[in-house]
Amino acid sequence: MASKNRWRRWLRTEAFSGYALISPTAFYALALLAAPLMTILAFSFFKDGYLTVIREFTLQNYRDTWTDPVFRAILLRSLTVSAMVTAATVLIAFPIAYYISFNVSPAMKSRWLFLITIPFWTSYLIRVFLWKVILGFNGVVNSSLDILGLIEAPLNMLNNVQAIVMTLAHAYAPFAILPIFVALEKIDRALLEAGQDLGESRLMTFWRVTLPLAMPGVIAAVLIVFIPTIGDYVTPQLIGGGKVPMVANLIQVRMLDLDNKPLGSAIAVSAMLIVTLVSLAFLFLNRRFLGVRK
Amino acid sequence: MKFPVLRSYAYVYLLFLYAPIILLPVFAFNDGTIIAFPLKGFTTEWFRQMAANATLRTAVQNSLIIAVSASILATTLGVFAARAATRFAFPGKAGIIGLIMLPLVLPEIIIAVSLLVVLLGIGVTLSVFTVILGHVLICTPYAIAILNTAFNALDRSLEEAAYDLGETKWSTFRLITLPLVMPGVISSLLMSFTISLDEFIIAFFLAGREPTLPTYIFSQLRFPKQIPMIMALGTVLVGASIVLLTIAEYFRRRGIAKTGGTDSGGFV
Repeated sequence: MASKNRWRRWLRTEAFSGYALISPTAFYALALLAAPLMTILAFSFFKDGYLTVIREFTLQNYRDTWTDPVFRAILLRSLTVSAMVTAATVLIAFPIAYYISFNVSPAMKSRWLFLITIPFWTSYLIRVFLWKVILGFNGVVNSSLDILGLIEAPLNMLNNVQAIVMTLAHAYAPFAILPIFVALEKIDRALLEAGQDLGESRLMTFWRVTLPLAMPGVIAAVLIVFIPTIGDYVTPQLIGGGKVPMVANLIQVRMLDLDNKPLGSAIAVSAMLIVTLVSLAFLFLNRRFLGVRK
Repeated sequence: MKFPVLRSYAYVYLLFLYAPIILLPVFAFNDGTIIAFPLKGFTTEWFRQMAANATLRTAVQNSLIIAVSASILATTLGVFAARAATRFAFPGKAGIIGLIMLPLVLPEIIIAVSLLVVLLGIGVTLSVFTVILGHVLICTPYAIAILNTAFNALDRSLEEAAYDLGETKWSTFRLITLPLVMPGVISSLLMSFTISLDEFIIAFFLAGREPTLPTYIFSQLRFPKQIPMIMALGTVLVGASIVLLTIAEYFRRRGIAKTGGTDSGGFV
């Protein structure tokens, strides 16, 4: 009787309502996200049999992965490309976010943000491919230079890391602008006036007041750009012409083309681990900016 | 504090942002099989080719089925989660929400690969349905982000007034809460629809032999002969997403106006 009462009381608590309400979404994420992630984690410790997976604990996949020079080279390239893309995107995006937050009248702000987000919602594949059209052998840049008589032979601008960085920096631009913009919007404008009243120049006020206060947005932008670019599959394939593969391409080849699921899983888990470690290290290095609130 | 140089920088930046997209209609109407300057002449041949392509039609159909189902499911799951997140406190809430939002910070290839392994493991045949499963997973976090804003802007005293006037929990939700968050629901539907329609990597892994729009485009990009038609297709897609986004933006602003908030701008 007592337990029945307690059960009834529990049914009326706020916590129960919360759990009941969130359970459909939570179970979906458990079944289709947590369980699959656990599965590849488990697979990465299993042995590969022909067309099957042998459930026997082994560290061989990790040993193979980490001693494989191809994996190391590709992982290093992915990290470098992502770091370059992130740096380029954030550096280009910051002045834009600053312009919208400080120079644009409040009524026009959402129109500017709308303008910046539109290209982001148009077909990613076609946007990436258009860079191939621009940079290609008989592409826009080369044919324009040829008409102008500036070059004798077409320049080779595709199939290299620079082209990949450029394409990705273009594709991920809005991801960097929005968080920085939100952080800049939160800054109390009186603080900037105080800085100037106390005799700081405009640049020094920016350096000592605005920038530190905007850092949480910059950090968010860095992570939002860095994490998905490292797993990008399309750009290395189209712009790199398959000649400069990144981690996602390697996972796809190991998983599907070679059908070695344990090895593919070990690569996927290793890549996730590296991305997490790099992100945590970045957060740790910037921890003093994140303690600042308002 | 203003830095006047930024104005010209912003316009140059917009040009950089739009440069590739401006090329789409230019080459879609260009009467030449090679995508290069100088332009040849005006033609609508590529649009005719596009309309006559049967595989493309199947791909569009599949993509529409996937995008409509995924956006409805993701928004429904999003409503549950956003309501729970904004209205109730319960132990472990941060962890549960964190798990649901995880796809935002997880490379899509990881989601695709892990789902593929599990689905093949339990013997599910890859089809349009399996793509829907994956897309719901990646659309839900965006739906929740939008719906959180909508539910947060909600004045709780309106619901309490309805309870006091004798409405039940469910009828209050249906008569008061839902109409007030409706603009949020609509922009979440449109946002999820757009994300799903454009998503490549999950569809590439989970669709089996069924083509979706992005996987079809990807397969055609290898053939130089098909490129002008893809340019025409791209033009149509860009037009369609601008229309969809304008509608989404309209509802977002109306939602803000309805709940009496100020426009802080932006989608994400």
